[in-house]
Amino acid sequence: MQVVVDMNKCQDHGQCVFAAPDVFSFDETGRLAYVADPDEALRADVEEAADVCPLQAIRIEG
Amino acid sequence: MSTAPVVVAGASMAGLRTAEQLRAAGWTGPITLVGDEPHAPYNRPPLSKEVLAGKAGFDSLAFRPRAAVADVEWRLGTSVVRADLARQAVELSDGGSLSYTALVAATGMRPRRLRCPGPTAGRHTVRTLDDAQALREALTAPGVRVVVVGAGFIGCEVAATAMALGAAEVTVVDPLPLPMAGPLGELLGGALKRRHEQRGVRFALGCGVTGFEGEGRVTGVALADGRVLPADVVVESVGSIANTEWLDGNGLDLADGVLTDEHLRVGGRPEVVAVGDVARFPNARYDGVPRRVEHWSIPTDTAKHAARVLVAHLAGTQHGLDPFAPLPTFWSDQHDFRLQSFGAPALGREDVRVLDGDPDGDVLVGYHHRDRLIGVVALGGQQAAAAAARYRAELLRQPAPTA
Ligand SMILES: Cc1cc2nc3c(=O)[nH]c(=O)nc-3n(C[C@H](O)[C@H](O)[C@H](O)COP(=O)(O)OP(=O)(O)OC[C@H]3O[C@@H](n4cnc5c(N)ncnc54)[C@H](O)[C@@H]3O)c2cc1C
Repeated sequence: MQVVVDMNKCQDHGQCVFAAPDVFSFDETGRLAYVADPDEALRADVEEAADVCPLQAIRIEG
Repeated sequence: MSTAPVVVAGASMAGLRTAEQLRAAGWTGPITLVGDEPHAPYNRPPLSKEVLAGKAGFDSLAFRPRAAVADVEWRLGTSVVRADLARQAVELSDGGSLSYTALVAATGMRPRRLRCPGPTAGRHTVRTLDDAQALREALTAPGVRVVVVGAGFIGCEVAATAMALGAAEVTVVDPLPLPMAGPLGELLGGALKRRHEQRGVRFALGCGVTGFEGEGRVTGVALADGRVLPADVVVESVGSIANTEWLDGNGLDLADGVLTDEHLRVGGRPEVVAVGDVARFPNARYDGVPRRVEHWSIPTDTAKHAARVLVAHLAGTQHGLDPFAPLPTFWSDQHDFRLQSFGAPALGREDVRVLDGDPDGDVLVGYHHRDRLIGVVALGGQQAAAAAARYRAELLRQPAPTA
């Protein structure tokens, strides 16, 4: 599974950080950081994160 | 004989998401979406924020439907005027009718209007793209005085946007003593009021509206204490009414939206579901009391669950799902700050604790019911949102308290 976040769209809501904390986080500067190739076991969380993103900036490939 | 379609009444976010989830759950038969707005589904939150402010264009609002729904039939600019659940058919405003295999109620809400006397011209609501276009035009006239009636989320967002657009005066009126206190309680209500005031918004709280002044067009808002607030633009954000008239006469409980069971089914009929703002569903995560939830996360959550239940029924199999138990989430952008809510803070308003930070900066507030964390609200920047994520496991823990 590959996760792609359109950082031009992202407005740092952090809804994804809440939905899938093992994949999405904020770095020290407050920008979104994420694991681009998370474990398949996290798929349900990542799908939830993509669904709740207010900017619909998260895509799951594969 | 060809199969009758799944008919989706209401072609907005919840309708679109349900169509997508029906495909994801394996329904390959026909789907027809009937929507009374002329527009393809679009996103509403920016209507009181970025798009109203002109920071993003109206063309940025359209949802990008998933490829799997490329073959669905859209009947836009058409409303469902009546449903006959016993005959499994709906009548449309264009005089036609449709038989259905399954029916999805996704007709959402419309703004409640104030019924006090006075002119109607110059008074706005914000629900649709057309509403926001008209309001943007009014707010961008030079030097306007704006009165917002109703200090809920939409009212407070519109007040902030009106300030950003350079309005001469913005006053928010509400019979309650604090803004957003219903869902958030006093601690955050007070913090939000201070932040709005520091940014130039005025409040007339604890005082209702008795009428509108003006000949043909509104020039002032009369309050119960005798004051009259001069106004060029009035925004009414006093709650909403569920669009359920089309379901009348079927013996359903439509007292506040469409009552559903724990799997979003309606009226004991396995082929009828309700989704989105209009659904009044019991949330197994909390006390099981049926409630409508007007949050952007709900169309997607309800669509996923309802679609799986419907498709299993249509396939003659068991859905095997636990009762619907979403974790509601919500955000609101006002001025330069953001609110984010996770869980059900309104159910824990009696026991509110600061979990992180302080109410005048970035703050995370916890709402408790019987000493148990039931909701968190982050106010401020990413720090507060990141702090909220630390309470995720606690908010998701089952079984949740019963009332
Ligand atoms: C201005 C505004 C700002 C918001 N901001 C936020 C926010 O910041 N965060 C957040 O979490 N949520 C926010 N929300 C809430 C969120 O947008 C809603 O929860 C969501 O739009 C609900 O989607 P829905 O499809 O259930 O209902 P709706 O979007 O209301 O869709 C229902 C559709 O059905 C149509 N319809 C009605 N009756 C009929 C009929 N008889 N036949 C055919 N069609 C019919 C309606 O015209 C409409 O197009 C906001 C809402 C508004 C209005």
